[in-house]
Amino acid sequence: MFKKTVTVQPSNRGADEAISQPIRANGLRLKMENVGNTATGGWSILFQRYVPWSLLFIGLVMIPLFYYTGLITIGAVNMLGRYMAFAIVAVGLDLIWGYTGILSLCQSFFFALGGYAMGMYLAHHGGPEGIIDANNWKIPACLYVVYPYKVGEAPGDALVPWFWKPFYTLPVTTILGLLIPGLAALAIGYVGFRSRVRGVYFAILTQAITVAGWLVFCMNNMKLCGTNGLTRFDRIAGFKLASPNVKVSLYILTLLSLVGVYALCRYVVKSRLGRVLIAIRDDETTLRFSGYKPYIYKLFAFVLAGMIAGLGGMLYAPQMGIFTPTNMEASASILVVVWVAVGGRGALSGAILGALAVNLLYNFFTSEKNFLLFVWKAEYWQFILGGLFIGVVLVFPGGLIDLWRRLVGTAR
Amino acid sequence: MDQAQRIVEYKEYSPRASRLSEEKFLLFLEGVTAVFDGFKALDIEALGIEHNELRVIIGPNGAGKTTLCDVVSGKTRPTTGYVFFDGGDITHQTEEEIALRGIGRKFQTPTVFDSLTTYENMELSLPSHYHLWPNLFGNTTKAQQERILEILERVGLADALDLEAKYLSHGQRQWLAISTLILSNPKLLLVDEPAAGLTDAETALTAELLLELKGDHTLIVIEHDMDFVRQLDSFVTVLNEGIIMAEGTMQEVQQNEEVIEAYLGR
Repeated sequence: MFKKTVTVQPSNRGADEAISQPIRANGLRLKMENVGNTATGGWSILFQRYVPWSLLFIGLVMIPLFYYTGLITIGAVNMLGRYMAFAIVAVGLDLIWGYTGILSLCQSFFFALGGYAMGMYLAHHGGPEGIIDANNWKIPACLYVVYPYKVGEAPGDALVPWFWKPFYTLPVTTILGLLIPGLAALAIGYVGFRSRVRGVYFAILTQAITVAGWLVFCMNNMKLCGTNGLTRFDRIAGFKLASPNVKVSLYILTLLSLVGVYALCRYVVKSRLGRVLIAIRDDETTLRFSGYKPYIYKLFAFVLAGMIAGLGGMLYAPQMGIFTPTNMEASASILVVVWVAVGGRGALSGAILGALAVNLLYNFFTSEKNFLLFVWKAEYWQFILGGLFIGVVLVFPGGLIDLWRRLVGTAR
Repeated sequence: MDQAQRIVEYKEYSPRASRLSEEKFLLFLEGVTAVFDGFKALDIEALGIEHNELRVIIGPNGAGKTTLCDVVSGKTRPTTGYVFFDGGDITHQTEEEIALRGIGRKFQTPTVFDSLTTYENMELSLPSHYHLWPNLFGNTTKAQQERILEILERVGLADALDLEAKYLSHGQRQWLAISTLILSNPKLLLVDEPAAGLTDAETALTAELLLELKGDHTLIVIEHDMDFVRQLDSFVTVLNEGIIMAEGTMQEVQQNEEVIEAYLGR
């Protein structure tokens, strides 16, 4: 379905004929209608049209229906919701890596910035109730990890730090949860792209920033609750997080956000700007000689990807019920890259597919299973992950989406 | 006229000394040297390119022809000297700024964007489309589409409109690179070896295209192929070991003893 069916005549008619021939106006118009016109025919159109919609239908209607009819547990719905939050991050990475060709290893850092923003809001409204500091501000219970007091005892000097306070209301939290990762990406990108840090060096730079960020968030005296992370979440916008209906709602909200992010990124890559991004991936130097400032475009894609990752983190935190610095470890960043690589870089749907597939596999293979001859242990998952990554590099460089396309292509 | 005399004459027009320069020359290089690791790749005392002129630069391999292009287009910073373009000093400007001032360049190996189609490659070169937001929200107008197709028709690429550039042959890539340059409509075109790897018929068309542009554009064409240079029939600058050895019409240059010694005769 995605195969382009343009027939190219060998350009023998090139030189001599082209010189003498006046430009044929009718032929021109005909050609112009064909600009951007790609596929044709039967099966491919069927797949192109109906597969995404039916998947959306399954996600939006069938999964909640399955839950309410008792076919799947609320845990499964919640798990899918979390994996979709990951898929959002993956779409962002695909924009910056798959299309623009910049390998960013700090998507998990942006994810965690969003997650911490939401986590701080949730911790404000978490249990136990009624603990306030000298300024009459509620002390989140998880902050007691960094204070030498017991929960409930709050002497005069145990004050909630100033940077916790903006995260008290949901609207401000939502805005900051997008803005902070965006600004962080702007700062990193500006420094990196302006001084023309490229390729593997940019990857190393972003990796280092992720590690640095992780260390900072692990520190107890940063008053971000240290390695224990943000805990004791209870309510979001007044609703109990533990309630199944709230979990289903969060799942649907995540799914809709995923669709929205996908649509936004699709619009970007289909616009002329998307072509500039691809041109940057192909040959940034040449683009510069056409008068473009590549760093502005790279910055745009990087900031957008960072904000998308932040959105993913904000949706992840309430569904997970805890947010710790583990989410921003260097390995978490590389996992995002694996999702996109397995799904198929350079295709937004591939990123979603990859994130969901790898995480579902993770979910399946990290539970202990008894086979006849041996016991499958959770640690063995690493072999599968490594195998997947090697497989992607050696066997199917186009990722799952490419396999799927080939399958559909041969089916017709 | 002998080259030493010509340089004296050039120097009278130095933009740093005289206001006359702007009217006469579009591009003026003065005392430009480019030194790489102690090796002097370029050493030009003075060189002026007049408005709407087609200048051919020839010279043996390693003569500094491409380095000259690099210096003008901002890819390489000159070690010393000044580059003036269109009444301004562009010596220390970046590639983008120089491109926006109106210098377009075709590289020696045709550089096109492999993953984009022929049409999309052309679209990227539309003049004044360098900004972020118009690219995100804007669309190519009907007139611009017609213009793109007109040029592609002309070089015989209209059939390959929807074909990704990686599937184009070398000659087609060469022409696509030239087409994008023509479309972007710069004041000065730096064309580095436009005929490399083309058949005779294709070379003839390339020459015709360049000559057509000559009327209202300024061109610097770097070439090895002597037949092609003869077809262009323009003012020639001979570079050798980074130094301008001679300037003149093709006939004059061909009769120059030094040039024959260094280049043509062998």
